[in-house]
Amino acid sequence: MIEAKALAKRYGDKTAVAGLSFTVSPGMVTGFLGPNGAGKTTTMRLILGLDQPTAGSVTVNGKPFGGLYSPMREVGALLDAKAVHGGRSAHNHLLCLAQTNDIPRQRVDEVLSIVGLSDVARKRSKGFSLGMSQRLGIAAALLGDPEVLMFDEPVNGLDPEGILWIRNLMKRLAAEGRTVFVSSHLMSEMENTADHVIVIGRGKLIADCSMAELIARSTQQAVLVRTPRPDELARALAAAGGQATITGNATPDGSAELEVRGLNPERIGDLAFAAGVPLHLLAPSRASLEEAFMELTADSVEYQGAAHELRELADAGREA
Amino acid sequence: MMTSRTVRPAPARPVRAVPPAVKRPGLAGTLRSEFTKLRSVRSTYFTLIAFFLAGAGFAIAAAAGNRANGGQALFDPTATSLQGAVHLGELIIVVIGALVITSEYGTRMISTSLTAMPRRGVLYVAKAVVLTCVTSAVALITSLASFFAGQAVLGAGHGGASIASPDALRSVLLSAVFVTCCALLAFGLGAVIRYTAGAVTTLFGLVFLIPLLGQALPTNWFHEIERWLPGGGALGPIIATKPVPDAAYLFGPYGELAVFAGYAAIALIAGFLLFRRRDA
Repeated sequence: MIEAKALAKRYGDKTAVAGLSFTVSPGMVTGFLGPNGAGKTTTMRLILGLDQPTAGSVTVNGKPFGGLYSPMREVGALLDAKAVHGGRSAHNHLLCLAQTNDIPRQRVDEVLSIVGLSDVARKRSKGFSLGMSQRLGIAAALLGDPEVLMFDEPVNGLDPEGILWIRNLMKRLAAEGRTVFVSSHLMSEMENTADHVIVIGRGKLIADCSMAELIARSTQQAVLVRTPRPDELARALAAAGGQATITGNATPDGSAELEVRGLNPERIGDLAFAAGVPLHLLAPSRASLEEAFMELTADSVEYQGAAHELRELADAGREA
Repeated sequence: MMTSRTVRPAPARPVRAVPPAVKRPGLAGTLRSEFTKLRSVRSTYFTLIAFFLAGAGFAIAAAAGNRANGGQALFDPTATSLQGAVHLGELIIVVIGALVITSEYGTRMISTSLTAMPRRGVLYVAKAVVLTCVTSAVALITSLASFFAGQAVLGAGHGGASIASPDALRSVLLSAVFVTCCALLAFGLGAVIRYTAGAVTTLFGLVFLIPLLGQALPTNWFHEIERWLPGGGALGPIIATKPVPDAAYLFGPYGELAVFAGYAAIALIAGFLLFRRRDA
């Protein structure tokens, strides 16, 4: 459990985080989204006590990070995979961390095997690929078998196999009841991983809701329809209050695709049946997280002008 | 703004993979951790071996070159054999002192270290203690080796001293303490400056440049301040068993060592305060 209350951080006259309040709950993966420079890394550094907040506070399991009894047993964090002494072997890197919290030496070999680095344990980490460095960073986070895990952009620069591995690991950790807080600007990746999302832009909170809700609320949903009698269907749908636009050219047999807004798939099917128009395709076109996110952060770029839209979004969220 | 909670019942926690802490992790574990850090990088060995070779090598060379002076009343065989350990050693040992903390900033490892041990005072003290233990042990070995190597080359016939000679053992021990203070001075500056090159350059300015500039002052002024400087002639009494130049204007061996240790203490305290307060 991570709780931030009106958390703020200024570096000189640059505001990195401007009054963030949120809670990260156990038992699920919480995605921490925002464009580059939104304040994700700063927020994580504030949670870990690496930087002191200008205002507000943040606690982990109800305590400020510095007050934790055995920090590594409570929180594991991967902020920067390349932030290791390259001359030190993977084993010694993990050993020196484990020793600070009186974690038994055999746990080092255990986490090395969990992340698949046992074969290179005695090699200096200087020669590690980015993927191997990420695994070493994750091994360090897992050393204390902590309840709370934080990963800052863990899939950055990884190959598809590495991305899949990290995604499955995060899901497994959450399924074990742990708090998993993971930042990313790769929205498509979060769509497949996160259960809950916290979206920030320019250091401010934009959304704090379930992933499904983010997608559902952020963009209008459309339904894709293909029929050999597009004009006829479009008229029938318009009469029922839908907006149908013909997308793409008609195929040789005369059928065309329609994008329909304002009607759900069930209603469209019923209307087509009543009009006697055959349908060759009827599919909801879900907005991707990428689109939802672009829409949200576009608002945050022009924060002042978009304030009313944000309020509308909030109202929509409460009605749901 | 959208705000809602995703609610999902948390499943039971699996069996712990790590035994719970019996007591709050603190200095003992962090001392082990810092020793692991120091012994697991090559630069530690390169620096310490270079220090030993410079000290002992200089002792042998200086002794060989001074065999002709062996009989002279003012010839100090002990100080001659310890010059390398003290003056060359100072140049080399400051690198390890600074690196203990600056390498963490250079590699950004400091974030990970402070996430593992967020009690910054504990981490800082552990670093200083491990540095003191390792440096003083190697410095003592180097000083003893330098002394015996130097005296062996001089031999009894050329004024070689024995460890039982007046003040010889004191000089050997104080030279090791001085080198340890150099490492701690560099460590404190490293914590303040956070860059290896910056810390080492500042230190060289302090121990070499300031005493040199002091000599540009009128002689009577210089005599007033010389004993308070962290280098130059003020270091002479620390390893001397015979009167040194300007001895009348300087403190004795313990006094001059205390002055130097004072500089190290100021750097250590400044580093400590900044290390605790600043963002990592």
